[in-house]
Amino acid sequence: MSSDIKDLRIVEEAKKPLAMNPKKFALWLFMISVVMLFGAWTSAYLVKRADAGWAEIILPQIFQLNTIIVALSSISMIWAVRSARRDNIDQLKIALGVSFVLGIIFLVGQYMAYGQMVALNQYFSGSNVSHSFLWLFPWAHGLHVVSGLVFVLIVWGNTFKFNVHSKSMNQLEMCATYWHFLGGLWLYLFIFLILNP
Amino acid sequence: MATTHTHTHADVHHHDDHEHEHHEGNFWTNYIFSQDHKVIAKQFLITGIFWALFGGTLSVIFRLQLGFPEMNLEWMRPLLGGWITPEGKIDPEFYLALVTMHGTIMVFFVLTAGLSGTFSNFLIPLQIGARDMASGFMNMLSYWFFFLSSVIMLSSFFIETGPAGGGWTVYPPLSALPQAIQGSGLGMTLWLVSMALFIVSTLLGGINYITTVINMRTRGMSFTRMPLTIWAFFFTAIIGLLSFPVLFAAALLLIFDRSFGTSFFLSDIYIGGEALSNVGGSPILFQHLFWFLGHPEVYIVLLPALGITSEIIATNSRKPIFGYKAMIGSMLFIAILSFIVWAHHMFVTGMNPFLGSIFMLLTLIIAVPSAVKIFNYVTTLWKGNIRFTSGMLFSIGLVSFFLTGGITGIFLGNSAIDIQLHDTYFVVAHFHLVMGSASFFGMLAGIYHWYPKMFGRMMNEKLGYIHFWFTFVGVYMVFFPMHYIGIAGFPRRYYSFTNFDFASGFTDLNSLVSIAAILTLAAQFIFLFNFFYSMFRGRPAPANPWNSTTLEWTTPRNPGHGNWPGEIPAVYRWPYDYSKPGAKEDFIPQTVPFSETPESNLPHENELIKLESSNGDAIVVEGNKH
Repeated sequence: MSSDIKDLRIVEEAKKPLAMNPKKFALWLFMISVVMLFGAWTSAYLVKRADAGWAEIILPQIFQLNTIIVALSSISMIWAVRSARRDNIDQLKIALGVSFVLGIIFLVGQYMAYGQMVALNQYFSGSNVSHSFLWLFPWAHGLHVVSGLVFVLIVWGNTFKFNVHSKSMNQLEMCATYWHFLGGLWLYLFIFLILNP
Repeated sequence: MATTHTHTHADVHHHDDHEHEHHEGNFWTNYIFSQDHKVIAKQFLITGIFWALFGGTLSVIFRLQLGFPEMNLEWMRPLLGGWITPEGKIDPEFYLALVTMHGTIMVFFVLTAGLSGTFSNFLIPLQIGARDMASGFMNMLSYWFFFLSSVIMLSSFFIETGPAGGGWTVYPPLSALPQAIQGSGLGMTLWLVSMALFIVSTLLGGINYITTVINMRTRGMSFTRMPLTIWAFFFTAIIGLLSFPVLFAAALLLIFDRSFGTSFFLSDIYIGGEALSNVGGSPILFQHLFWFLGHPEVYIVLLPALGITSEIIATNSRKPIFGYKAMIGSMLFIAILSFIVWAHHMFVTGMNPFLGSIFMLLTLIIAVPSAVKIFNYVTTLWKGNIRFTSGMLFSIGLVSFFLTGGITGIFLGNSAIDIQLHDTYFVVAHFHLVMGSASFFGMLAGIYHWYPKMFGRMMNEKLGYIHFWFTFVGVYMVFFPMHYIGIAGFPRRYYSFTNFDFASGFTDLNSLVSIAAILTLAAQFIFLFNFFYSMFRGRPAPANPWNSTTLEWTTPRNPGHGNWPGEIPAVYRWPYDYSKPGAKEDFIPQTVPFSETPESNLPHENELIKLESSNGDAIVVEGNKH
């Protein structure tokens, strides 16, 4: 008898692994659409690169520094999630603040990268298509980083209302997922540009 | 979740036969900025109907030019003003704007937003047993982005240079250079802005649909118990999620080319003997990006219609759908193939012929799942106890168009034959039948079938029949002759037939097509009358007017916010238990456990009973059934 009931439960429970938090799931779907967006652009880049008349791009030096900052901000975000799991709200606030500041520094760094591109005679318009692409990627990525910063700010505000703690991790976890995704996206773009100048 | 529960409890008290809308919230939150999926569905529907009429009217205007080139159109001057030339003809550049906007409006605003927006929103929560969409707020945003996009697209009709004129595919360089034609000026900018907002709307909607289908199903609603409508909406949303960002990427690059001086799609262009500064771009690149969306878009338009039809044909044949899993499999296969056939739109762009044959092969493979679907429709109808409701007629009409239009797809998919047929009226005939009319019929079928659930009243069947026959015959009269014109080689989008000797023999045929188009459009007013009249004066609908098995018919006549006043019903069987041998009635709703139908159970279903009956708590479920 009881084993039968268990069987029935298993039938019902079988869907469980698929049914996750709808908001988290929606975030993943959103990230897929962002992947498709950048996938389209990088594919277009490759197609265009195969054509005649492609001028090889020179990457701004500061991209390397910016990439390190991205990695650091991911680490501080991991720190934030861990602090929240341990209900250490003070550390959480600091960690989120650090992530936010690192995000801003990254954007400033990307802005300086544009300056270096101009110094290298690589302009958005009027020069080769390759240079237009070089301007496009950090810009489009930067816009997404801005949305990530807004997200961090919202979560950070909620920490002051004591809405983020070990029993209420959803928002922070989504924020961290998105943050790491943005970092990964930059890493992808950077490596892509190094491999396909 | 807690809030939804309070809502539903409130509904229990308020819910009578005549709805007084005493729920929380006011007019604005209930009808305008509503987060309820049913209201949002109706908003999409009404907007879609508006656009369908608008787009249909545009087509009739340019059909007047094609069918009656000598006709004096002076009487349209009050409406079109300077777009009627002093000689009383349609301005040739405005003609291009007309075909462009007809295509854009029909493909995106009617058959994507109007179809998916309406039925995914309305049916997904109702048929999977959910209180609402995963995020009501995102759902609301989805509609308002669409609304904003609509307003911007509409506003392009009220500017001096007119709406976009480069064709709905907006190929550069034509669309990229404002000096090319009037329609590439401000109208094109508005087109791009509007489409960008439209894509945002589609993504917000699609993310919601997928999330809801996967995560919000009621107890017992396993994937293999989902109605085919849900499967279709699910695949549609996935295709949209993967392909619309690519259109966004293309549109953004086009915006840069138009307004920021880049050369992604432009190279070596001379205007008035002077070279433009743009070098290094490739217009073919745009076509690749565009058709990577463009071809999946065909299935974004078609799949929901196929899902709706599967449901209606099974219900009104009083038979289980033939090959339920084959139907899912073929939709999945179509969805996958839709991403790897895009270059069949580009056979004549100077593509490597070997690459062309690969795309040709992949394209022709689509015939296999499509044939599976048609076969299953016919075998579902075969020896069925068919009830010819209006919805059923339109569904059968869809099967007819899907077949007729699909067969010409096999011609067009051949890269060699495509050299002759490319960009002729043969293409126009093909996609208007297989994707335009078929999807349109799916949408109408869905409206007739689910109208009782949407508005609590029945539509008039007699008017439905008249609407069907006029539209069905009209559509064939419009598009069948176009095949001949196309085989003769007449190109689409041309302003005038009579300028060419070889085509002047088709003037009679063209007049016939135009008359048929006018009649078909006129017939839609029968539907409009029926739609709005029935909303107020229609016969009140019974709870389950079509004796259907799916969950939406277990809700009250006018479901309130939260859909079910009490607990959400659980599901015990698949949705196609029609005319099951031994059963008391010719349908068994999904909410009836196998333990209550020993007379009709199959051996493997009896095994499920043991589990159910041994579980003493299963009474909970029976308590739901009243």
